[in-house]
Amino acid sequence: MLGEGIIQGLAETARNFFGSFVEKDRLTTVQFPEERRELAEATRQYPFLLYDGADPEAGLRCVACQICEKECPPRCIYIEKSKDKKPDFIGKPQFYPAVFDIDVSVCMSCQICVEVCPFDAIRMDNEFELSTTDRFGGLLWPIATLAKPNEYYQSIHPTEAAETDERRAKELAEAQAKAAAKAATSVAQTPGAGE
Amino acid sequence: MTASSAVQVPDQIFVILKHWLVMHSPALLRPAVSVLVTVIPIIIIFPALFAVTTVLERKELARIQNRYGPNRVGPFGILQPIADAVKSLTKEDIVPRAADRVVHFAAPLVLVGASFLAYSVLPMGRNMAAVDLDAGLLFFFAIGAIPELAVFMAGWSSRNKYSMLGAMRAIAQMISYEVPLILSSIAVVMAAGTLSLVSIVEKQARYSWILPHWYVLTPWGFAGFLLFMVAAAAEVNRSPFDLPEGESEIIGGYFTEYSGFKFALFFLAEYLEMFAVSGLGITLFLGGWSAPFSFLTWVPSWIWFFAKLVALICGFIWVRGTVPRLRMDQLMNLAWKLMLPMSLVVILAAGLWRFLPGGPFPGSPFPRSMIRWVVCAFLVAVPYVLLARLLAGGKGIARRVYRYAE
Repeated sequence: MLGEGIIQGLAETARNFFGSFVEKDRLTTVQFPEERRELAEATRQYPFLLYDGADPEAGLRCVACQICEKECPPRCIYIEKSKDKKPDFIGKPQFYPAVFDIDVSVCMSCQICVEVCPFDAIRMDNEFELSTTDRFGGLLWPIATLAKPNEYYQSIHPTEAAETDERRAKELAEAQAKAAAKAATSVAQTPGAGE
Repeated sequence: MTASSAVQVPDQIFVILKHWLVMHSPALLRPAVSVLVTVIPIIIIFPALFAVTTVLERKELARIQNRYGPNRVGPFGILQPIADAVKSLTKEDIVPRAADRVVHFAAPLVLVGASFLAYSVLPMGRNMAAVDLDAGLLFFFAIGAIPELAVFMAGWSSRNKYSMLGAMRAIAQMISYEVPLILSSIAVVMAAGTLSLVSIVEKQARYSWILPHWYVLTPWGFAGFLLFMVAAAAEVNRSPFDLPEGESEIIGGYFTEYSGFKFALFFLAEYLEMFAVSGLGITLFLGGWSAPFSFLTWVPSWIWFFAKLVALICGFIWVRGTVPRLRMDQLMNLAWKLMLPMSLVVILAAGLWRFLPGGPFPGSPFPRSMIRWVVCAFLVAVPYVLLARLLAGGKGIARRVYRYAE
């Protein structure tokens, strides 16, 4: 009422002012390019495409089902389906994307593409230092830029990657068991069939 | 060279230098040289001080908020103003298509020009006023009215509603706060008996024991100083009275439509006004260039002036880092309901102080000036407390209750 509040406020700011010179833990600023804080595991920036093995072309998990393209709220994904098919990780012939582009100037990092992907083919990257001197170029990322190996995914999101890998290993085992069973029945049935 | 002149040389160094320069120029050019030698240092020193202040302000605000502040350009970020200058000089200067081009162009120039003119009457050291006008204070306030015009020119010519709103707020605020600003300086004029800023400082540059006769060291002077500084902050649109340029509500106010170098000129003018009005506060209440203790009079007078100026600037920054922006009605209430009556009370107290006896009692340990100290202190404090209670309306600050949003 008589201005005590202002005096208290001034005292508080003065305490902060001098305190910031004395107590080091008051200053929470990280001096970025020199000092880096470890990123949280759930950090996400832009999506990338996963591939298995060494060859990005052969190992790309994406089957060009276009669910992500349809679900993407800002519509930043553009996919062209291939004409032919190639076998996926369990040996089933699948289409693959002839063109898969993400316009990162439109992407809003919502992760909906990751949520809807039934093939574990698209995941979020945590790379954020993406500035360039080129104003317009390099914003449309093709497969060559987007494709990254599974080991990279394991290194940036270990928990998530372990869960995905486990599920895929189970799927593969199931598929193999099924194939083995089928082979066995077909072997068993072959003589009958030959009758 | 005698001892006293050895003290006087650093004190009068600039005066001697100017005299020497004028004497060594052709007789025909002497008036022109004299003017240039007086004006050019003012035009260099205060913008330089502005550059220092911008980085000082950012550092101090950062520390108040437990941050580092600028620390990239040069050691500890002290070269930041150079980077800022390069940036504002190389930026595109955009004039809105619908703007009144002539007025839009003239507004920042008028503003900066008027801000520089205010320095002409400030005594920045012993014998260091550019002009010793008999009505220096009057001149200062007359010049101080030009920025209002410039601000309105800027706001009106931009043809932008944010600029217009900012300009209207600025006019309302500047006119309202000019009243307590001038009334609180009238108390000093009454005590000093002169309008000349040079004589006002000379009246204060005397000492009893070791203490100076600064007006801030009297009850009415202290109250007057606080009123003056609050009104000065409002007059130069300084936080917490920065409504005319509230970035968060009207996007910069009257200079919304200015970019590049013209924006930098507005920024410069704002700080120049702040320095000028702080300089006036120093001259009126803090003894101008006089030393705070009688044993420190050997320090050159201009050092004292600039030391006080920097101290006041740091004070302004401190307040900016503390107090949030006022609302328009709170702003007007403060000016007309609290500061105007209080400045009238200060004038009354200054009058009483003048006529109550000073000096020692004969045969008593208490000096006779005790009486006027007590009387004037009560005269200032009691109305302040009563007025503050009255304006608060008896309600304390209670927790706000939300009827629907709980």
